[in-house]
Formats: sequence, C-alpha cells, structure tokens
Amino acid sequence: MTHQFLIAGFGGQGLLFAGKFMVNKGMLEGKEVTWLPSYGPEMRGGTANCSVIISDEPVGSPIVDHPDVLMVMNRPSLDKYESAVQPGGMIFVDSTLIDRRVERTDVTTFYVPATAMASESGITTLANMILTGKILKELGQFDEAGVENALRKVVSAKHPEMYEINLKALTMGRDYE
Amino acid sequence: MSKVLMKGNEALAEAAIKAGCRHYFGYPITPQTEVAAYMAKRMPKIGGVFLQAESEIAAINMVYGVASAGLRAMTSSSSPGISLKSEGLSYLAGADLPALVVNVQRGGPGLGGIQPSQSDYYQATRGAGHGDFHMIVLAPASVQEMADLTMKGFDLADKYRMTSMILADGTMGQMMEPVEIRESAPNQYDKSWAVTGTDMKRKHNIVNSLSLDPYELETFNFERYERYRKIEETETMAEEYLMDDAEICVAAFGIAARVAKNAIVEARRQGVKVGMVRPITLWPFPKAAMARAAGHCRAFLSVELNMGQMVDDIRLAIECSRPVALCNRAGGIIPSSEEVYKRIMEIAQNGGADK
Repeated sequence: MTHQFLIAGFGGQGLLFAGKFMVNKGMLEGKEVTWLPSYGPEMRGGTANCSVIISDEPVGSPIVDHPDVLMVMNRPSLDKYESAVQPGGMIFVDSTLIDRRVERTDVTTFYVPATAMASESGITTLANMILTGKILKELGQFDEAGVENALRKVVSAKHPEMYEINLKALTMGRDYE
Repeated sequence: MSKVLMKGNEALAEAAIKAGCRHYFGYPITPQTEVAAYMAKRMPKIGGVFLQAESEIAAINMVYGVASAGLRAMTSSSSPGISLKSEGLSYLAGADLPALVVNVQRGGPGLGGIQPSQSDYYQATRGAGHGDFHMIVLAPASVQEMADLTMKGFDLADKYRMTSMILADGTMGQMMEPVEIRESAPNQYDKSWAVTGTDMKRKHNIVNSLSLDPYELETFNFERYERYRKIEETETMAEEYLMDDAEICVAAFGIAARVAKNAIVEARRQGVKVGMVRPITLWPFPKAAMARAAGHCRAFLSVELNMGQMVDDIRLAIECSRPVALCNRAGGIIPSSEEVYKRIMEIAQNGGADK
C-alpha cells in the first residue's frame, strides 16, 4: 500500500508542517516515508507545495507527480494539480479560500471550510491541520495514539500549548462532515 | 541511535560532526543553507568552530588552514559558490591535504537558478581547478547516503590525503527521510605530515603547493596519479539494480536514479528487461560495472539533470561498444518517471539507436 500526498497552497499556510506531521506519523507506524518541499522564493508568498510518500515498500522517487491524495489551500494550486490526481484519488479543498468546485468526476472531493473554521475557533493559523485531520479520517488513519505521538514529534517541546491547539485542529477536521 | 527524520542537508552536517569534524567554514547559498544553519547551532555546543566566512574563497582557504594542522575540516556550498572555491580546491590537491567539500547543486551556468541540478558533473570529475588532479566524488541518492557518504568521504580524504566532494543536488539536500547516523569513534589516520609545532624535537613539516623545481613537481604529479590508480582499483562504488538479466542498462546517479527506479519498475511490469547501474562514486567512475553491463545489455540510457555530461564516461567505460541514449532535463527541472519510462520503451522497441 502506497499513499502519495501532494499538499499545496501559499507559502506560510503551514503546508510543509502538515506534511512533516504526516511523514512522522508514517515513520512511527513503521512505514517507508519521504518528504520533499518546494523551496526558494516560492516559499515567501508564492505557491508552495510538499510531496509526501508513505508506503509499505521502499520509496523510489520522492517526487509526487500524480498524488492519490491532493490537499489544496489556494485556487492556483487546485488549477495546477487537479488534473494530476490519480483516477479514484481524493481531493481535499479549503473551501474558504477556493471559490470553485472540482471539475473531475473520477475522484472523491471533500470541501472543508478550514480557514473559516480555524479563525472562528481562535486558531487562525491551523487550517492546515484541520484539513489534515479530515484526510486522516477519510483514509481510516485517525487513530488517536498515532496522531498524538506524531504531533509530539513535530511540535516543539518549548511550546506545549501548540500541541493542544494542533490536536484541537486535527480533531475538528476529523469531526467535520 | 534509532532512525530519525532529517533533511539531507542536516543529516550530512550531523554525520560530519559524528565523523569528528569540528571545523566548518561556509557562506550561505540555496539550496545548501541548512548545512550551515545546522553547524551554527551544533558546533558551539560541542567545542567546535562554525564560521561564516566573508566569501566562499575565504571559507575554502580556512579549510586549507585547518587541514594543514591535521584536523578534519569541511565547507559546503552550491554550484556558483563551488566555482569560487576552485582555486582553493587546486591548492588543496597541490598540498595533498584531506578535506571534505559539499556541493548541493543548482541549475547553471552563472548564477543560474536555485532548483536541483546535476550540471556540475564535469566540474567535479574533471575540472575542479587548474592542474592535474582529481577529487573523490561521492553522489548520494538518499538522506541515508547523505550521512553515510559524508563519513566515508572524511575517511577516504584522510586515507589518500585529498579532497572528497559530496556531489548532491537540491532535492537530496531538501528532502526528509528516516536516517540512522552511525555512532562510532571516528577512524584515525596517520597525520605525521601535519604542521602542529615541532616542540624542537623533529624536523619541521611543510605544507605547500609550490614546487619551482620541475623535476620535483613532476615526481609529485606522478606519485599523486599512482595514488589515484589505487583508488580506482579499490574505492569505486556502484549499485547494480535488477541487472542480472537486463538487456537495457539505465545509468543514473542521485535524484535521477530515484526517478529512474520508478520507471524501471514500471517497464519491468511491461516485460522489458531493464536494470540500472547507479554510480555512487562519480570519480572514480564505475567502469567495471558499466563494462559488465555491456556484456549483456544492447543499449544504455543515461538519465541526468544536465545536458548529458555522464554520457562520455559511459561510452569510455564500455569502449563505445553499445549505443548510449540520453534522457535529460536541465535548468532545475527533474525528468519525470514517465519521461524516463517512455525513453526506456522507445529503446526497447527500436533496439537502442540514439536519436
């Protein structure tokens, strides 16, 4: 079993962090994993993305050309990557920030108003983790122990309060229908 | 130490520290800046030196200084910065000093771009600076190899008194994978040549790259090439992947080899007997592995992030006995596994004639 995730949006939305969380979770579960960010000027306000592969097999290329799970947090990213998703794949859309529907009919689409949910709950910067929670839920991978262990790996020990709000965001995503 | 997730650049830096390197000199440049950032954080805590030099040229000459004193030293940069270090690389060779130099390549020439590239292949394997000399060039294809080959690079440098270069690319530097960094005391090598003070008890050592007597200079060159010959015999490394029954041989290193692996798996599913020789040392080039492949493969396909700089080395290794095709992207673009797959299938259908 291999999942190829592509997480895309604006620089500053926490896309790389969401990827880091996923890849840590995969590693803790004994999977083969890779994480590859876009880097450079695009990280400073332009579009940014992050390729994450979680597999039972050793990973060849770390570059995700055709994700089976696409998470998008801005319109340019949906425009750019919608056609790249594998048939039968899933697209997770931040519907607060993206004003159009997915055109593909051979994929499953989930619209989550993550940015609005985050800001209403006072965790403005954590729309990324709300979407991530939804993804884990839909993949059947939201086991609480696994989520908590991975979160401890990526949240700095100096900021224990960040752990709580990230967990809150993930849980909100899980519970969103 | 169990496996941890690290970026390639960070794994490389930590491995250098584990290998006993306590002197890092650098100057920031994308996409290798994490090496310097990691060293800046770690070195002060372990009694080491992190120094952001005023330029790349200063940094390589600081490496020369520390290496002269018999200590492990390194610098890292990306393509344009390596060009600036060129003079220092030649002086290191002329003075027979061990050093580790890291090039996390980006697209060129000139300032080029900042996306991954392999276009410094010629520079690393042929023309790192003026004069007759080689560096040992190691090409990691995973975060684990970023760490392992860094340790290996320091050992080879000390063993043969020369520069080892890690020739990585932006992808290898930026990606994260689980990595286990070996915990063991650094290997020790004889450094009785180092300039450490005589204590008035021995004749003083000289570290220098100037020899005005041409007969003496010729001797140095011949001696150095005798060492290079030994390295070619004993230190060449390559991974052979699905080569046993292969009829087509893909040759690729670094990120190109990772992409090619996907294409090979797909082509095998279609019944095409294709394998890969992945050079781990680019100098010395794995000539024997290529020649072995030519024994049973009817064509070669070089996959590279440049204009085909490795093609000549393959042709030389197989004495032009088989056609060598090229699948390449340049300027910071990585060939997709579909592009590589398509080229493999074309070769499978037309018998390997280059286009």
